[in-house]
Amino acid sequence: MDISTQTTDASPPTPQPSVVQQKRNARGATRAGDRVFLGLSRGSGILLLVIMAAIAVFLTYRASLAISKDHGNFLTTFEWNTNLIPPSFGIAVLAFGTVVSSIIAMAIAVPIAVAIALFITHYAPRRIGGLVAYVIDLLAAVPSIVYGLWGGLILVPHMTGLFSWLNDFFGWTGIFSWDGGAPRSMLTVGILLAIMILPVITNVSREVFRQVPQMHEEAALALGATRWEVIRMAVLPFGRSGVISASMLGLGRALGETMAVATVLSPDFDIHASLLNPGGGTFAQNIASKFSEATADGRDALIASGLVLFVITLLVNGAARIIIQRRAEYSGANA
Amino acid sequence: MSKRIDVSGLTAYYGSHKAIDDISMNIEPRTVTAFIGPSGCGKSTFLRTLNRMHEVTPGGRVEGKVLLDDENLYAANIDPVAVRREIGMVFQRPNPFPTMSIFDNVAAGLKLNGSYKKSELTEIVEKSLKGANLWNEVKDRLNKPGSGLSGGQQQRLCIARAIAVEPKVLLMDEPCSALDPISTLAIEDLIGELKERFTIVIVTHNMQQAARVSDRTAFFNLAAVGQPGKLIEIDDTERIFSNPSVQATEDYISGRFG
Amino acid sequence: MSTAAVADKRPSTLQGASLPKWSPYAIVGGSIVLGVVIGLVGGLDSKIQWGLIAGLLYVFGTYGIAARVEGKRQAKDRVATSLVWVAFVVAVIPLVSLIWVTISRGVKVLDPYFLSHSMGVVADSEAGGGAYAAIIGSLEQVGLATLIGAPIGILTAVYLVEYGRGRLAKAVTFFVDVMTGIPSIVAGLFILSLMLIFDMQPFGFAGSLALAILMMPVVVRSTEEMLKLVPNELREASLALGVPKWRTILKVVLPTSIGGITTGVMLAIARIAGETAPVLLLVFGNPFINNNPFEGAQSSLPLFIYQQYANSAGANAAYDRAWAASLTLIAFVMILNLVARGIARWKAPKTGR
Repeated sequence: MDISTQTTDASPPTPQPSVVQQKRNARGATRAGDRVFLGLSRGSGILLLVIMAAIAVFLTYRASLAISKDHGNFLTTFEWNTNLIPPSFGIAVLAFGTVVSSIIAMAIAVPIAVAIALFITHYAPRRIGGLVAYVIDLLAAVPSIVYGLWGGLILVPHMTGLFSWLNDFFGWTGIFSWDGGAPRSMLTVGILLAIMILPVITNVSREVFRQVPQMHEEAALALGATRWEVIRMAVLPFGRSGVISASMLGLGRALGETMAVATVLSPDFDIHASLLNPGGGTFAQNIASKFSEATADGRDALIASGLVLFVITLLVNGAARIIIQRRAEYSGANA
Repeated sequence: MSKRIDVSGLTAYYGSHKAIDDISMNIEPRTVTAFIGPSGCGKSTFLRTLNRMHEVTPGGRVEGKVLLDDENLYAANIDPVAVRREIGMVFQRPNPFPTMSIFDNVAAGLKLNGSYKKSELTEIVEKSLKGANLWNEVKDRLNKPGSGLSGGQQQRLCIARAIAVEPKVLLMDEPCSALDPISTLAIEDLIGELKERFTIVIVTHNMQQAARVSDRTAFFNLAAVGQPGKLIEIDDTERIFSNPSVQATEDYISGRFG
Repeated sequence: MSTAAVADKRPSTLQGASLPKWSPYAIVGGSIVLGVVIGLVGGLDSKIQWGLIAGLLYVFGTYGIAARVEGKRQAKDRVATSLVWVAFVVAVIPLVSLIWVTISRGVKVLDPYFLSHSMGVVADSEAGGGAYAAIIGSLEQVGLATLIGAPIGILTAVYLVEYGRGRLAKAVTFFVDVMTGIPSIVAGLFILSLMLIFDMQPFGFAGSLALAILMMPVVVRSTEEMLKLVPNELREASLALGVPKWRTILKVVLPTSIGGITTGVMLAIARIAGETAPVLLLVFGNPFINNNPFEGAQSSLPLFIYQQYANSAGANAAYDRAWAASLTLIAFVMILNLVARGIARWKAPKTGR
């Protein structure tokens, strides 16, 4: 450890005593420097708070302008006609579509992500595990628009077979009935979102599983547990809250994803029982698709829907934080 | 219920590093055998080869034979999971499952090995906790998490968990090294009681402890750092501590090195 | 009595009947063959279904065979293993496909011409044109966003780690967490609401502001982690020499962690470089070259991809350009990522182990 050299390098050179004396007397300058630097850094922190407040305030302000002009009911109207006079729009369809697509994405992505995290930490030979972890890391960085392009051009055509099969066997449920249109539907959106959030959930879960103390796993092994029983006994209970918060982070992403939905979905303004027929919409997708043709009032209406999305993601992320915090307390008690 | 262990020509590796070399010994049923020796001499590694825990470590590999009542644990058709059910283990640091209650911790091994009625479980848990001299301290809070207990209590909880599945052999890897003297004494008393029912093998750094609790003592040593550990001698504890047959043992016991 | 209960429920021998080592591979092979046969016989035209059938056969086959030979517990263990492997394969296929398709289609029109020309008056359905304007727009917008977001993020992290105590620090920590979760389109809408108030037309810098908002929390988080890694002994050694705190931070703390901070900033840049939604709202897109980010609509790479895809009505030339731009964007992001990781490894804080 070479503290001494490092600090000597970093501190001002120590020349003749007179200069040292001089510098030491410049107390005022020192204090001013401290004050300026503290001011700058604290100012940055405060600026962040101001930005957050401003986001809430300005979105609310524009949203209130829009809602006061809304001739329909903002919560229940099944249309988005902002160019009508008077305009009529509501978020019911968007809220439904956002929730449904996110639920599908979570239902697919969470189990698979947990399995891959287990694969990396407990099943794969070390080298392969490391390689997979690295690749998944990089995939988390692929821009969403590229997923969107891939979804729109590659995934959609590949869904027809699956859709007709689902329709054949589960069409009677209504949820999986399909009239043979292009598979640009909520299910496809959900699957694409699942693929997109998979790397995020995998990465966080992997970290959590890796932190499981070796001694808990050995305790299970010494009792004569199989590998799966070790995971059930020691790994999953320890990692549960971590996986939940990872899923929440993924959910936050899925809720707010714009481009991947906009490229895959062929939207309309109705709620459909079937997940396979095209139609529906999400908050973010609706903003992106309606924006270019929107008038000033239309933009306010889109901002209003964005505010709802903002609040939803705040709640989801807040919940994730609380869970993480509880986990911190809990593991502290065990230390 | 307890069984004898016969080890012959056992060598263990970590990757390409040979950790212990060509060890042979016999461990009698219903005895306490202590392993002593300087750090890094491979006594813990050897202990872990006795219930096939060594191979859990990445790169861990074993050659040689370990016979449990004439059955070779390293034969091709042996299931390591079944081995660990027969040969229980207690670790250096108490490791109760943090997410389970005291009751569930003791019942954890049982639940793996078949379905028990609630009444059967309650009975076995009580018996195991009594066997570990812990019952009186925890009987009113069986549903509280095991991590809330003191270190010594946690270690006895781990012993209760290990004996609940009624193994034939109990391996203890420095079970007292993380405990205070009073808890250590409690565990040592417990070992004396447990040897009526189990074959016990204990690794310890503390020579007084070995002298107090064990019937037989094995001394391990290594020629130099990086060299594999070897068994120097194994004999009745009394002889090892009074009149060992190898000079190195005497040097170690009288504190000349280690 | 309990002894008997225990003994009864356990095989008395150490030998479990076990499947031969090659059995998992055999089951995999068998399931794939069966899946293909069922697919062919049933006339299923989707390869996805073939794969799903093979996967199901594999999982259930494993359980059935293992349960018969080895018992239930072993069977469960094997099923868990097979499920984990299936999940891995299921997840890897789309991800590999994504990368493969982007590369194989992207190289078609990705050439110096594509990188140095813009769309201009080339119609969306025609071949030709390129992403030059989009690349310029991306570089300028992301560059400006970094100039704003990185210093604020780093300074905030310095505040939290070096000074932060009390309520303000707690509030900042909390809201940084919250900010991490803001959907990018909401950040875009926020800047949009400001622009509506001042009745402004789209321009590049507006996009930069939204991107900077998205970038700040990421930089704060990563910088915080890095500053926390700097051992306290270093700070104390410097302070004990009478060096004022701000100089200690500037000359000791930050230089020690500069590698990690750079890595964090580069990863944040990689993230915002791929953002489309706010750019769509605020910068609008422009087929012509506009070098001035402070006036008039610009383009950007992600936006270029989206518009080539969405406005082209299925023209292959436009799709080719979209893939080429995707490849360019991914290459940019991946290079940033790799370099960032390289820096992290190379300049890892020397904490003396």
